[in-house]
Amino acid sequence: MRTGNAAWRPTGATVAISDDVLVVGGGVAGVAAALAASDRADVRLISHKQSTLRSASGLVDALGYTPDGEGPLVDPFDAIGDLPEGHPYERVGAAAVREGFALFDDAVGDTYRGSHTDRNALVPTHGGTVKPTARYPASAAAGLASDRRDALLVGFEALTDFDAPMAASHLDAAGVPFDARGVTVRFPGDFRADAKVTRYAHALDRDEDLDGTPARTALAEAVKAHLGDEERVGFPAVLGDDDPAGVRADLGADLGADVFEVPMGPPSLPGLRLEDRLYEALAEAGVRVESGNPAVDVEGDGDRVRAVYVDRGRRKVPYHADQFVLATGGLVGKGIDSDREGVREAVIDCHVPHPADRYDWFEEDAFGDHAFARFGVDVDRDLRPLSADGSIDYENLRAAGSALGGYDFAAEKSGGGVSLATGYAAGDAAGAAAAGAADETAIHGDTQ
Amino acid sequence: MSDAEPPDDEFEPVQVFGDETEMDLRPGSDDCYKCSTCDTNCPVAAVDDDFPGPKFQGPEQWRLKRKEDRDIDDSVMKCSNCMRCDGACPSNVPLSQMHNTARGEYVDEQMDTLSREYLRNRMLSNYRFFASLGSKVPRLANFVAGLGVTSWLGEEVLGISSEREMPEFATRTFREWWEERGGAGVSNPDKRIAYFHGCYSNYNTPEVGKAMVRVFEHFGYEVMVPKQRCSGTPMFANGMLDDARRAAETNVEEFVAAIGDGADVVASCTSCSMSLRQEYPELFDIHGIEDLSAHTYEAVEYLRIHEDLDGALDDADAAFPDLAYHAPCHARNQGLEGQAVEVADRIDGVEATDVGDSCSGISGTYGWKEENYDTSMKIGEEMFEHMEDADAETGMTECPTCAMQMEHGTGYDIRHTLELLEAAIVEE
Repeated sequence: MRTGNAAWRPTGATVAISDDVLVVGGGVAGVAAALAASDRADVRLISHKQSTLRSASGLVDALGYTPDGEGPLVDPFDAIGDLPEGHPYERVGAAAVREGFALFDDAVGDTYRGSHTDRNALVPTHGGTVKPTARYPASAAAGLASDRRDALLVGFEALTDFDAPMAASHLDAAGVPFDARGVTVRFPGDFRADAKVTRYAHALDRDEDLDGTPARTALAEAVKAHLGDEERVGFPAVLGDDDPAGVRADLGADLGADVFEVPMGPPSLPGLRLEDRLYEALAEAGVRVESGNPAVDVEGDGDRVRAVYVDRGRRKVPYHADQFVLATGGLVGKGIDSDREGVREAVIDCHVPHPADRYDWFEEDAFGDHAFARFGVDVDRDLRPLSADGSIDYENLRAAGSALGGYDFAAEKSGGGVSLATGYAAGDAAGAAAAGAADETAIHGDTQ
Repeated sequence: MSDAEPPDDEFEPVQVFGDETEMDLRPGSDDCYKCSTCDTNCPVAAVDDDFPGPKFQGPEQWRLKRKEDRDIDDSVMKCSNCMRCDGACPSNVPLSQMHNTARGEYVDEQMDTLSREYLRNRMLSNYRFFASLGSKVPRLANFVAGLGVTSWLGEEVLGISSEREMPEFATRTFREWWEERGGAGVSNPDKRIAYFHGCYSNYNTPEVGKAMVRVFEHFGYEVMVPKQRCSGTPMFANGMLDDARRAAETNVEEFVAAIGDGADVVASCTSCSMSLRQEYPELFDIHGIEDLSAHTYEAVEYLRIHEDLDGALDDADAAFPDLAYHAPCHARNQGLEGQAVEVADRIDGVEATDVGDSCSGISGTYGWKEENYDTSMKIGEEMFEHMEDADAETGMTECPTCAMQMEHGTGYDIRHTLELLEAAIVEE
């Protein structure tokens, strides 16, 4: 952190920055909340940094495994009714999960697949595992593990994050119903050994001239010699940033095979593209978006939040609203913070239940059932954070996404879905409450 | 954060590294978990295959430097100091501070001070010195600058791109206007601001400074215009940290005195406000510098926080052209990228379109250098296209060099947000 509390000064601000609904956090949950609220209210979304979507695979999961580890689940909705009390899906109910995904489908249009069914799709990952997920980028559609067509996986020498032969043998070992084979080729042209993934993507977007050959053609040529009878070819997810469909179509035509992307780790092009789509949807919905400064504090007025304070570098600026949504993320997104003393929610200091002894926060086994993975705020069924005694903190504050406790998104494969469902529910309720408040003011005004 | 008291016999990692006497960049470097988000945001790395990107320039280079006899890689001079990596980092790594520090060290210890590049960079970063000479004889200076032979000489001798047109000097500087009008038009001990006009609105676009004064006086502020030097932005970008420090000493002294008189500090240029609030305390240890940082605001930001600007604009209309608005990177880094369009939306008779989040590519002195001109224009391409697509023939931004680039790439006339506010709320 560049600034400390001690250096802050009050700004003597009036209520100049004021909206119906203020959403704090710019990830999937924050975007879903802002979109859901925007039907009925003026909405502002603030985020500290760019969203962590850039680090995300771009897959949007609903529920792949139960909290007890059963799965992969064929249909997440079969299991949602049995989730333990306090799980975010239990709080909002299956209907909100559907609404959250419907909102997502609306925002991303034909760039995503999976909305035709409740059932999970099985998408191969860059490690060669198979992940159950609810929505996947159109670019991954030809790669599904349930597809019986044989697949050639292609890796690039300089892109060490994707070892295609290893991923292919992992898929074989996982028992996929097709033959997977992996080869490593040199990406054509003369790129730095440590070229960014975006560099490859832009070269393909623009079909740049690489040693006299257009990039898409040159890449297809490099792969052709290795292609056998396979009907589909998978690449690391660097096939374009602005025009991924065009890149895939051209490669596919040259290769005579369907082309798909294998989702990758950070920085992730599918994550970047999803971020672009979601922020376009915010712009279309008229949501005001600000990024660059962290929310750090709250001003309460009895049982209501009056303002959230944003640290603009050694000063705190109040953002007023009628309703607030806290979608600041979990341990990765820094919405939940911890040190040796304890665990807390970073902006409003909502209660985060956790064992007093920090050696009880984790298990010895790296992939064990860690308590820390479920750290987050407890909420009522209207998503309002609860104090240690179970009472509601503020009646006009709701929390959404991985700031919530009671679930382990990494083990359950439920991260995207929880963010959509709780983001939708929090935003919808905030929008309705704000609209209600506006109606009351109007009626009140009429009688005068 | 309070750490538990470590038992005496326990290994305590921080002790291994001894006492740091210089700025400690280690914690920031350790915070980097190599997600490479910064690299995907760097506008230079996007178009220049030779540039290794901010992750290398920052934490990785810092770590390499822990070894003896390690030079700073000369690619650091290709960083344009747009600071977008700061806003990109999910882990609060102080990337621009690392770049500024590395660049300063490179210039001090590895650059030949007799080289053409050094002299050119020194000249560019001390723009104010030459502007103050030029503005003494503005018509002559503009004439000379406009001569073909001047730009030929500039490129051949100094390496300043002949593609660029020298900014015109105003025939009357902002400070001359201020003196002639007799200083502040409003006296108000309860509402004071000290105006950091910077070099450009003084020597080149005094209409921005005048708009600033009129708008703030409209809201009842007493405007003070303390003595001032360059904010340091071009000096940081060229690694001329000694020059920047000398200028900072004057600025801190003068503006801290104004703060003592009850003023907040307000800048009309987003790079000036960026420098005073972030780079100053990151790079220099001058008495009062934290205080200056804490009291500095960008002009529209200040009004939005302290005045009912929305209310003032609700019934306002302005005879002003429709606008293609570009948010400067340094505005973006202060979290101010959306405010200009929000403000414009309130004003009847004006449509403002945001031309997107790309960098203009000029980054102050960067795009003026012969060797960077092509890169600069390549970076700017996206913005030019979006400006052409927007339903407007006039541009708007808060950064003087972004404005130059916008004009250079599209031929549009470029205005400042304060000029729009002046048209909307100040009565003639």
